Amino acid sequence: MFKKIYILWLRQLKRYSRSKSRIVGSLAQPLLFLFALGYGFGAVYQKAGEGSYIDFLTPGIVGMSIIFTSIFSGMEIIWDRQFGFLKEMMVAPMSRFEIMVGRTLGGATVATLQGAIVLAIAIVLGGFVPYSWPAVFPAILAMFLVAVLFCAMGTMVASLLNDMQGFQLIMNFLIMPLFFLSGALFPLQGIPKAISAIAAMNPLSYGIDAFRALLINASHYGLPVDLAVLCSVTAVFIFLGSYFFSKVQI
Amino acid sequence: MANIIEIKNITKKFGADTAVNDVTFSVKAGEIFAFLGPNGAGKSTTIKMLTTLLSPTSGKIIVDGHDPAIEPDKVRRSFGIVFQDPSLDDELTAYENMDFHGILYDVPGDIRKVRIRQLLEFVELWDRRGSLVKEFSGGMKRRLEIARGLLHHPKVFFLDEPTLGLDPQTRNHMWNYLSDLNRLENTTIFFTTHYMEEAEQMAQRIAIIDHGKIIAIGAPAELKETTGKESLEEAFLALTGTAIRDEAEGNSANAMRMRMWHGVKR
Ligand SMILES: Nc1ncnc2c1ncn2[C@@H]1O[C@H](COP(=O)(O)OP(=O)(O)OP(=O)(O)O)[C@@H](O)[C@H]1O
Ligand SMILES: [Mg+2]
Repeated sequence: MFKKIYILWLRQLKRYSRSKSRIVGSLAQPLLFLFALGYGFGAVYQKAGEGSYIDFLTPGIVGMSIIFTSIFSGMEIIWDRQFGFLKEMMVAPMSRFEIMVGRTLGGATVATLQGAIVLAIAIVLGGFVPYSWPAVFPAILAMFLVAVLFCAMGTMVASLLNDMQGFQLIMNFLIMPLFFLSGALFPLQGIPKAISAIAAMNPLSYGIDAFRALLINASHYGLPVDLAVLCSVTAVFIFLGSYFFSKVQI
Repeated sequence: MANIIEIKNITKKFGADTAVNDVTFSVKAGEIFAFLGPNGAGKSTTIKMLTTLLSPTSGKIIVDGHDPAIEPDKVRRSFGIVFQDPSLDDELTAYENMDFHGILYDVPGDIRKVRIRQLLEFVELWDRRGSLVKEFSGGMKRRLEIARGLLHHPKVFFLDEPTLGLDPQTRNHMWNYLSDLNRLENTTIFFTTHYMEEAEQMAQRIAIIDHGKIIAIGAPAELKETTGKESLEEAFLALTGTAIRDEAEGNSANAMRMRMWHGVKR
């Protein structure tokens, strides 16, 4: 059983490492955000007495690259279906749950790698300094947890769609709102009640908050709350993802 | 001999269309069984229901003692399949596609290595084992699908137009391999084809489906006898009529057939 999950995981990694254009493409957007916003708003942010905006923004952009990569990885099932490979997996002697676990772990590993690359670039080129180097390792674990959550969400969404037609809708009505209403770009303190309430219902807010707790020692909800919320929401989405995936027919 | 496949009053509807309409038949363990019919008759849909990919609208199926709709995991342990449509991972190499399959089907490491080499050699892709599948021609992909399908030795093989677009050499190899498996391991073979000579040569029994209904079933000789025809091809045409089916599915299958022949001939 573990061998099958392992080979599914390995497949995701191979596919990722072979598409150089995908690696470059999915790094370009977060880095653009990091440098354009980081330097663009840096002065205003500092004047408002909040400290360095690049430091604040880096964990948010790491979260951005993770949510994009992991939802897309989860949704790759649609491609596998279109190219026929999904059939090969679905008739093999393993449960749909195993397929989902292998793919999700693979996609989450890829997304965590992307997040780590963004973090490394922010450190090397953006002058970001983590408040404590040993805390970078638990930060990477937290990144993996967030990646698993959104991969499972992507799997669920893909199981409900039949083709790439709904993709624009998902982009505009799921991924973008999750990202912009998460506190990735702005502090959650002192914002209008409505937005703060929406952010509190968004799992990505807790993910990014956990990254901030571990990388810059600043947190809105508190690390224990972040982790508790992330773990339970991840469990729920793994359950929902495998439920809807088990209903998929070809 | 026991029945390894039992289909009772199976119906499959896609919206208002009925693809398979109240079909009943069975296949004995160790039998070589051909499932024939014009384009869009419901062959692939039936195979998908037998192999846990689709659930029937009504009726009951038993494959190797289990119902695919109720115990899919048990049924999946009993069969191997070659699909009509492509099902390879284009981003992996030929070898990786084979290895992936071997692991999913619990083929032990040493046997896996030996068989992958043997099968890739016999479809003449061993030299190209390290190439990504997306660099292959249509015919090469088809040969790889066949090799991959034969990698593990199940109780039942489902082959949905396996020889579609294959060159005669590979076709021969494939049937020799399958006949050996059938003889030595009593493997049941359930296949579809549009080449009537192939069905006549290989199959012990044939079912003909048209518009979702079984219209004839029996040994090739029996079908020829009841229709009073000399060849299976004539018997088939007598039973199904000569009108060309222009189903959407049929068209795409024909387009693929053309493409694959092109790939092989090049
Ligand atoms: N997913 C689907 N949704 C809607 N209709 C479908 C679907 N799959 C098959 N059909 C329809 O069901 C009918 C039977 O199709 P099927 O693929 O079983 O035919 P077939 O006998 O395999 O034909 P061919 O020789 O062309 O492969 C066709 O009318 C087809 O259009
Ligand atoms: Mg078909």
